[in-house]
Amino acid sequence: MSFVSFTFWGFLLLLLLLYYLLPKRFQWKLLLIGSLIFYAFAGPKYLIYIVITILSTWGAGVLMQKHYDAQDAYLKANKTALSRDEKKAYKAAVAKKARLILTGCLLLNLGILAVIKYSNFFLENVSALFHADLGRTSFLLPLGISFFMFQSLGYAIDVYRRKYPAEKNLAKSALFTSFFPQVIQGPISRYDQLSQTLYAEHAFEIQNIKDGLWRITWGYFKKLVIADRLAPAVTALTKSAGEYPGVYVVATIIFYALQIYGDFTGGIDITIGVARLFGIEVTENFNRPFFSKNIADYWRRWHITMGSWFRDYLFYPVSLSKGVQKLSKWCKAHIGENFGKKLPLYISTIVVWLATGLWHGAAWHFIVWGMVNCVILLISQEMTQLYQKFHERFAFSNTKYWEWFMIVRTFFMMGMIRVLDVYQSGALTAKMLFSIFTTPNWGALFDRSFLSLGLSGADYLVVFFGTLVIWIVALIKGRKPVLSWLEERPAGLRYLLFGLLVVSILLFGAYGIGYDASQFIYNQF
Amino acid sequence: MKIKWLRPLLFAVLLLLTLWLLQRLTMPKYIHENEEGVLAAEYYDNAGDNDILFIGDCEVYSNFSPITLWKDYGITSVIRGTPQQMIWQSYYMLEDTLRYETPKVVVFNVYSMCYDKSESEAYNRLALDGLRWSKVKADAVRASMEGKETFASYLFPLLRFHSRWKELEKDDFTYLFRSEQLSHNGYVMRVDTKPVTTLPQPIPLADYRYSDTCWGWLDKIRDCCKEHGISLILIKSPSCYPTWYDEWDAQIADYAAANDLTYINFLAHQEETGIDYTTDTYDAGQHLNLSGAEKASAWFGKILAEQPGVLDRRSDDQIASRWQEKILFYEQMKASQEKQLEETGAVTSYR
Repeated sequence: MSFVSFTFWGFLLLLLLLYYLLPKRFQWKLLLIGSLIFYAFAGPKYLIYIVITILSTWGAGVLMQKHYDAQDAYLKANKTALSRDEKKAYKAAVAKKARLILTGCLLLNLGILAVIKYSNFFLENVSALFHADLGRTSFLLPLGISFFMFQSLGYAIDVYRRKYPAEKNLAKSALFTSFFPQVIQGPISRYDQLSQTLYAEHAFEIQNIKDGLWRITWGYFKKLVIADRLAPAVTALTKSAGEYPGVYVVATIIFYALQIYGDFTGGIDITIGVARLFGIEVTENFNRPFFSKNIADYWRRWHITMGSWFRDYLFYPVSLSKGVQKLSKWCKAHIGENFGKKLPLYISTIVVWLATGLWHGAAWHFIVWGMVNCVILLISQEMTQLYQKFHERFAFSNTKYWEWFMIVRTFFMMGMIRVLDVYQSGALTAKMLFSIFTTPNWGALFDRSFLSLGLSGADYLVVFFGTLVIWIVALIKGRKPVLSWLEERPAGLRYLLFGLLVVSILLFGAYGIGYDASQFIYNQF
Repeated sequence: MKIKWLRPLLFAVLLLLTLWLLQRLTMPKYIHENEEGVLAAEYYDNAGDNDILFIGDCEVYSNFSPITLWKDYGITSVIRGTPQQMIWQSYYMLEDTLRYETPKVVVFNVYSMCYDKSESEAYNRLALDGLRWSKVKADAVRASMEGKETFASYLFPLLRFHSRWKELEKDDFTYLFRSEQLSHNGYVMRVDTKPVTTLPQPIPLADYRYSDTCWGWLDKIRDCCKEHGISLILIKSPSCYPTWYDEWDAQIADYAAANDLTYINFLAHQEETGIDYTTDTYDAGQHLNLSGAEKASAWFGKILAEQPGVLDRRSDDQIASRWQEKILFYEQMKASQEKQLEETGAVTSYR
């Protein structure tokens, strides 16, 4: 059930109506039923995957908690009887059991993910390596598996770390994993944040409805007016990439940046807005990413919940792991203090970006994409001192103009990395990027060639003005939350803006017959 | 309390009004392009006292002239035909007609029996957008939708035609709240001639049997007529192309015989109708021109006049005065088209 469908709106209205009409104690139960129905729309057989994740993470959580509770009770009962070492040994034994449970849970879930998402990639590469034909598997990827699985695994790891106690209620745990607005494309929420509002009883509040509708409408604007309108051009530019070198590559960088921005942030806006209609707060996933001044800054602003997931559950565990620490020690002694000190950072950054690349898809270009990000980030890290000196020496580098230069530079740098998604090959991407300098083909800007990319002059105007609106809203967001800014405006203006937004979507949106880009890009991950 | 709800209410009204205006603006006007798009809606101007209802595709709206039936026999008739009208659409046109009047005779052109699924969204739009909203229209839409069509886009055509903002023309503004009459009680006039020279060789079909779906719809038309005491006449209209296969003809003849219905294959009555395919068609045999339509109607009128309940209504002053206006419009269009033909050698505009 796509967000861009009448079925979704019918489903949402019915669910919303029941949500506020039923006694409040049934609200979260209704959401669970609704969420499972929502997910089943993608195909009832896919429910098996989400059910396995729900049962395994819930089961692992409950089991680990049982051990922890027993440990606490035992230690409390024998507070004075046990020596410090005995306590430590007991705790270590319990931790070992918990680790075993967690490992089982991780292996089961990541194993399923590996089989259905990565087995073909593995078979293809092994086949190519040994000149054999190992065939292909025919698993269909369940929608949003990377999102709901990572969210649930994050919960299991947190329970293992005793960040919070496990959720004993299976149905509540199921709702956390399957909550319908975010099950397909995130954000990847944390249990301690989401559970606070997810299971709470919510009275009908007009403010929630207003805020939710604003957010949903804004999301549809970005998705339908910008992202889906640009989709045909991006497809045309990349399907026969060889025919579109030079300035077309620059256009691809810009168009795809806008498309994926509209698509993903629009989808998340709809998610947050829909959750808000139910009085539920879902965490933000973006913070004006195109205002980033460098790549590291960008990754703190784009897909925030994925970045923080990898940071908390992969980066730190890897860099603090015994093996890496040992290696670091060895390097400090044998290679150099500085290198040894930084080695955990290098290793965990490489692991994180390899995983991030693979998380996005089972293909070499995603791995290349991850590695390029990784290399840039590590180089930037190494050049920190140089940057500092540069800023100290050159006054202009501390001005607003330089800030804007950095923003534009980062936009294009990220854009150049991002087009790996659409060219789907590292070699082709490199070739196309080089063509900007070797065959710039600037004439195409003036000979109406761009009108043969599936967009008319009017479409370009819509994209231009739509982007302008998004930019203005981002500037406002830089000062204060947009909804607060709106609340301070006269009611008449608020109504006018909302009306214009609705009319723009209905009139200028790329939807219906003749458009087929309604699927959200991040649904595929 | 009053003030609290006044603003949102006013906003909702203004927003809906704006969207309604935009919907009117973006919907195709069918004035100088795909003119047949106005046919479905034009019925409602002609509803009320028609004894004969023609249902079918272009083979009815091009080949029969209700004006001739009136002038020659005093028969009141109306055609509910749209391009490539599917048999289920014809059924719902009949159902829709029954909401306004009960004709004595329904004439159904059986050519559409060879299609058991919608041909294209564009044809669905031409047939359905002009219908007034009722359960009948809702059912017709549901029966017709194909591929990516959505019911909501029929309910709110802005959802379908919104992208026309890029191609708005003067007509879209001129005809925002009105249209221009095209048909003469559903008949679409053409006075020009393009004779039949050679007809394409019929392509042998793998299977000549009509599908159960189509037989089902024909049964529904038969049952509906029976229920309302309406005589049903099945016809194969006098279009000599696309091919009307003997195997199809035999199946219809058998059906008519089994159900005690009249079936007339006009192609078998060329001599009696007097239709001359070198002078009476405007597109080499697919559709009749005015001369052909008048000949077909004049001949068919004799049969229709004999049907139970079909009266010569020329003595009814009220009805006669309405038809007099229709005749006037008919003559005006005829004169206009003849003038175009004389001046340019072609009919470039219906009106």
